[in-house]
Amino acid sequence: MADILSLAAENLLSPVILSFILGVAAALGRSDLSVPEAVAKGLSIYLLFAIGFKGGASVASHGVDATLVATIAAGLILSAGLPMIAFNLLKIMTRMSRTDAAAVAGHYGSISIVTFVAATSVLQGRGISSEGYMVAVAAVMEAPAILSALWLISTGGSEKRMDGALLREILLNGSIVLLVGAFFIGMVTGEDGLESISSFIVAPFTGVLCLFLLDMGLVAGRGLRDVRGVLGGGAIAFGVLMPLVGSLAGLAAAMLIGLSTGGAVLLMVLSASASYIAVPAAMRVALPEANPSIYLTLSLGITFPFNLTVGIPLYVTLAELATGG
Amino acid sequence: MKTHKAKRVVITIEAIMQKRLTDTLESAGVTGYSILDVIGGSGRSGPWTSEGQISRASGMVQVICIIREERLDTLMEAAFDVVDKHIGVVTITDVEVLRAERF
Repeated sequence: MADILSLAAENLLSPVILSFILGVAAALGRSDLSVPEAVAKGLSIYLLFAIGFKGGASVASHGVDATLVATIAAGLILSAGLPMIAFNLLKIMTRMSRTDAAAVAGHYGSISIVTFVAATSVLQGRGISSEGYMVAVAAVMEAPAILSALWLISTGGSEKRMDGALLREILLNGSIVLLVGAFFIGMVTGEDGLESISSFIVAPFTGVLCLFLLDMGLVAGRGLRDVRGVLGGGAIAFGVLMPLVGSLAGLAAAMLIGLSTGGAVLLMVLSASASYIAVPAAMRVALPEANPSIYLTLSLGITFPFNLTVGIPLYVTLAELATGG
Repeated sequence: MKTHKAKRVVITIEAIMQKRLTDTLESAGVTGYSILDVIGGSGRSGPWTSEGQISRASGMVQVICIIREERLDTLMEAAFDVVDKHIGVVTITDVEVLRAERF
């Protein structure tokens, strides 16, 4: 327990998390502070490229081992399966309509790449290494949850709107293309490639992450302002409970596969986080009847800040205990 | 100066649906339109602004078409298929244009 508290305090007082808290406070205080949309987009492109490239370079130097395929398969199963758990929890804990519950459930099977990036930064700060291919696992976990959410709706007899264009948008959304593309560039060029651009993608990484999380704090803070009018107590409790459930499922999978401590943390973070970019966009097209305020507020206003401040230190401690790392 | 009657159709719709709408309009033969970003507003779900949105999922755009009156039904039938279940507003107003051959 003391370890968790000490790591939580250390995490909370890092520049990255303090930048996020500054953003949340500014939004709650209704400050006019804002990060221009184009700048935020530029920062996110930088972070995705850097994290993908570093993951690829790591795979190039350490080689591909037998756990790669198993971890990707686990990621697919977790992404497709977690919405089923989320959906049933929502039915027990809230009075949400079937459509809203399915839409929310889809978000909790998919991932938040920003939470993933923040977790890699915490691991790096603590000197814990992880499997480079976890970036590829993050990429494959974006989409299956969307299909699960639509399946949940179709089992209730409701109409679902999945077509080829939507499937292409989901599988080839910009974040996935950039992440996977940078991963392959890193894998092809290896440590030499990383060395040649490290002054751009390694040294400034944490500073850029601070600015990006400042913006995410502003967005999450605006989401938090809406919580009272949109979410009931049951939904708020779900927003905290579901990441814990997801992280334990991720930990169990990591133990079965035999991932390193860092790899286990990242699989826990991926399983615990909820999407707020790819899945909301897909839900607006495929399930327009679902209320976007509910799933965006839950994902961005509750689960994202929870994972960033309390979740990541908790997952690191649990993974260290479980793997003996 | 001589003017000609036309219809101005303004479809305010979620940005994520923009391409689906314009593809449908083009399939229906409506190839002329303009697209504007909507920077904010207020509706049944309360006020919203495009500032600070992290994806286009929650942004809005306006697709504006100016067409001859006789083509209005074709446009509306095509547009309705896309906008039916989505957040948005469709308005039609009478306008006058200078160069009728362009519409």
